Amino acid sequence: MTRKGWVVGAAMMLALGLTQASAQDSALKVGMITTLSGGGAGLGIDVRDGFLLAVKQAGVPIDVVVEDDQRKPDIAVQLADKLIQSDKVDVMTGIIFSNLAMAVIPSAVAQGKIYLSPNAGPSQLAGPGCNPNYFNVAWQNDNLHEAAGAYANSAGHSNSFILAPNYPAGQDALTGYKRFYEGELAGELYTALGQTDYAAEIAQIRASGADSVFFFLPGGMGISFLKQYADSGVDMPVIGPAFSFDQGILQAVGDAALGVRNTSQWSKDLDNPTNAAFVESFQAEYGRLPSLYASQGFDTANLLISAMGKADVADADAFRAALKEADFDSTRGAFKFNTNQHPVQDIYVREVVKEGDVFTNRIVATALRERGDAYAADCPME
Amino acid sequence: MSLVLLLEQVLNGVQLGVMLFLMAAGLTLIFGVMGLINLAHGSLYMVGAFAAAAVSGLTGSFLLGLAAALAAAAAAGALVEMLVIRRLYARDHLDQVLATFALILIFSEGTRWLFGSFPLFLDVPTWLSGPVALPLGIDYPKYRLAVIAVGLAVAGALAWLIGGTRLGVQIRAGEADREMIAALGVDINRLYTLVFALGAALAGLAGALVGAIQSVQVGMGEPVLILAFVVIVIGGIGSIRGAFVGALLVGLTDTLGRVLLPVIMTHIVGPQSAATVGSAVASMAIYILMALVLLVRPSGLFGRT
Amino acid sequence: MRRERIVNAALAVLLLGFPLWAYWAGEPFLITLATRAAILALAGVGLNLALGTGGLVSLGHAAFFGAGGYAMGVLAWHAQMYAPMNIAGFEIAGTKSMPVIWLVAVLTGALLASLIGALSLRSSGVYFIMLTLAFGQMAYYFAISWPAYGGEDGLSIYVRNGFPGLNTLDPIQFFLLAYAVLMAVIWFMARLQVSPFGLALAAARQSPARVQAVGIGVFRLRLVAFVISGAITALAGAMFADLNRFISPTMLNWHTSGELIVIVVLGGVARLYGPVAGAILLVTLEHVLGGFSDFWQIWLGLGLLAVVLFARGGLVGALAGRAVAHD
Repeated sequence: MTRKGWVVGAAMMLALGLTQASAQDSALKVGMITTLSGGGAGLGIDVRDGFLLAVKQAGVPIDVVVEDDQRKPDIAVQLADKLIQSDKVDVMTGIIFSNLAMAVIPSAVAQGKIYLSPNAGPSQLAGPGCNPNYFNVAWQNDNLHEAAGAYANSAGHSNSFILAPNYPAGQDALTGYKRFYEGELAGELYTALGQTDYAAEIAQIRASGADSVFFFLPGGMGISFLKQYADSGVDMPVIGPAFSFDQGILQAVGDAALGVRNTSQWSKDLDNPTNAAFVESFQAEYGRLPSLYASQGFDTANLLISAMGKADVADADAFRAALKEADFDSTRGAFKFNTNQHPVQDIYVREVVKEGDVFTNRIVATALRERGDAYAADCPME
Repeated sequence: MSLVLLLEQVLNGVQLGVMLFLMAAGLTLIFGVMGLINLAHGSLYMVGAFAAAAVSGLTGSFLLGLAAALAAAAAAGALVEMLVIRRLYARDHLDQVLATFALILIFSEGTRWLFGSFPLFLDVPTWLSGPVALPLGIDYPKYRLAVIAVGLAVAGALAWLIGGTRLGVQIRAGEADREMIAALGVDINRLYTLVFALGAALAGLAGALVGAIQSVQVGMGEPVLILAFVVIVIGGIGSIRGAFVGALLVGLTDTLGRVLLPVIMTHIVGPQSAATVGSAVASMAIYILMALVLLVRPSGLFGRT
Repeated sequence: MRRERIVNAALAVLLLGFPLWAYWAGEPFLITLATRAAILALAGVGLNLALGTGGLVSLGHAAFFGAGGYAMGVLAWHAQMYAPMNIAGFEIAGTKSMPVIWLVAVLTGALLASLIGALSLRSSGVYFIMLTLAFGQMAYYFAISWPAYGGEDGLSIYVRNGFPGLNTLDPIQFFLLAYAVLMAVIWFMARLQVSPFGLALAAARQSPARVQAVGIGVFRLRLVAFVISGAITALAGAMFADLNRFISPTMLNWHTSGELIVIVVLGGVARLYGPVAGAILLVTLEHVLGGFSDFWQIWLGLGLLAVVLFARGGLVGALAGRAVAHD
């Protein structure tokens, strides 16, 4: 490139940066920060697609500004600043990962923005740190692990081996499991974050004499663990939260996941008209089966749309009250908010099955009914 | 912990080490011959895994998948060498680091663009799945034994290639004196492309082998890349033998560290936090090993000074 | 050299003028972007001393960047929670005062750099690159599994720390503060480069043996440069954490080290204002390309490749011509 070219190029880029930030019409403005590139992109894409599908179906004036956080907390914080200062959004949503949520949400809600969480539910925001501007439409992080513990009891497991990565969400997962699980622990292991080889852990599981295994290993870690576990010939039953058995990831695990029980607040075969319509329209729109994350994005948008019909976003108190009523048809059936504005909902046990060539889940039991969370009592809101 | 379990963990460490050797061999060969530091080696590993997953998904044959992995990684390597890497040999390490860092970005996002954002499926073939009974009552996965066998075979083949063939003579000559070998009439460009493609093929093979028991996803090469760097630094950069010894050392340290440190920590910090503290120290164990080795031998175990 | 001075002045004016214009136009986010560029430039200036002047390719500067960030995070967190730290029996209160935090960050960075430097500088070339990478990864894994300060989740600081006489929550005031620090450090670097120390360091890059022969210890020379470099990068880390009001192990990841190198090389290695140009360019690219396509990193990668292969000397080099040797 010539010297002149450089200068023109740089000036052009600056100019483009400006036009991007220009203001739009008067529709309700939603800022969505989610993960669209890099390793965790599949989750963010599903949340986005689910959310946009609901907006499209409702046909209400919502303007969604979607931004990619690249799964980096500092980028997420910067995007939050942009959405608040420059795009002047009314409502924010979209973050997938708890560490990014902790970077963005406390400061966004302190600045008076309403935040609807479509995925992450860190415990810090459910107890004393709860906030009238923060609504969680997915689950508190411990919920699915608690359900796994409850299910282990009812399945007659009394000697579990439990493992998770050594980071806050991993430690919370094992705490959540132990909160409901009543049996003995054959072993408790923390693995490295991003670890890909579990031979050593599986050998310990085999030698421990356990009667069941509970694991929380999100993303690629879970795929690796399940494949290696299936190949090792250890045949005690495995239980895990839905994250390692979800629609997007399941095809990559393959036969190794067949028959595994996992806990989730949503499933494709959940029998209610909203869900049936959602599954069908999602498939028609995007040509793939919806995932847990897509259902959460869809529900988040419908919650927002329900509140728009009752109050103006400019009247913050009325709008918050309208959100708190949760007067919308959720894909998961009954849904209401607890005092800390986290869900009270049923959590199911699913089994991985094969339908034709596609691996998917079907519900086999209900693990917890109308479960809130362990932190609501510490939340000063009523 | 029983002795048998400990032996099984040693076997696991050896298997991890052999897998790391496949990665490290290519890296160290490329550095030894061309003096190039290649951060994008992990991307070639990813290319191998994706090619294997795609082809074995289409054909149902794991072996065809392996062949595709070798071919795709070698082709990607040769292409990258001719388009980009060739211009970097005369540059300093800084330019090499930066250009190959850029290649990582291109490979990762390009793969995501081609294959989507969700992990791909690649499984162990049925004739290698399940465990096999070893002496002392150890049930060990057949596939992992096969990986050890393949790794050892590759190590043997490399030793023969470098020690006993005409190409090997050229490679060794190239390491010693670049100008001389060009003066002797060897087509140095062709030799470099060949060596780079060979290293890439080894990385692709490792990716495909590992992809069957791990997750085939974008970014899968980076953790392995850093481990492979640790391996070649410990072994001495440029030395195949060093890469082999380094890989086994790293594999064993990592595996046994993960197993033993939480147990040891129970006696130091008590059972309450032993699991977390032990796991924290274990994740740093190989870096500590590397620092120790370099303190004693600043150019690695088998490095030339 | 005269042309490079003009380019430098233009860069300094651009970085100052753009946010002032944004302030006037009522676009506070663009000020935040400019602040990000200024702080990343500061980190790059720190790295440039080791990388450019000293020829020490460090792939572990994220450790210093993150150490500075954690110095801010830990101090401000203790102040925020009104819980004093307990170090070896002494109770030390946290603080929300930027000058104090900066001092601690600089000292932390210097201490860490002297440790890592003392161990890594015994080797050279690729071994040095790999050693710094490994020490950086060690720090990263340590931060992830260290539960006291949030681990992987990191720490949120709800209110930005204060600076006497300024309202740091106002984007333009915080920008001006960051800009002033950047300019002060660049001035210091300009003096350092023409000092006997700077000249000896540059000479040691080209010919260590000759420098050793005239009786200057190359190891000590490089160690001092590495420590200064680490300290400046740590200062930038503390300010970066304050910009985001957040700190997490991501700052310590080796990708951060890679990005810092990208900033230095994009702008021009060993050029005084190279990191400023590089940071402006990177932040602009990130912001603009990110809006175009989900796969913008491909274009970023291609652009980087083009700069390395065809535009050596980076942006400043392209504008000012080859004034300094870069080998």
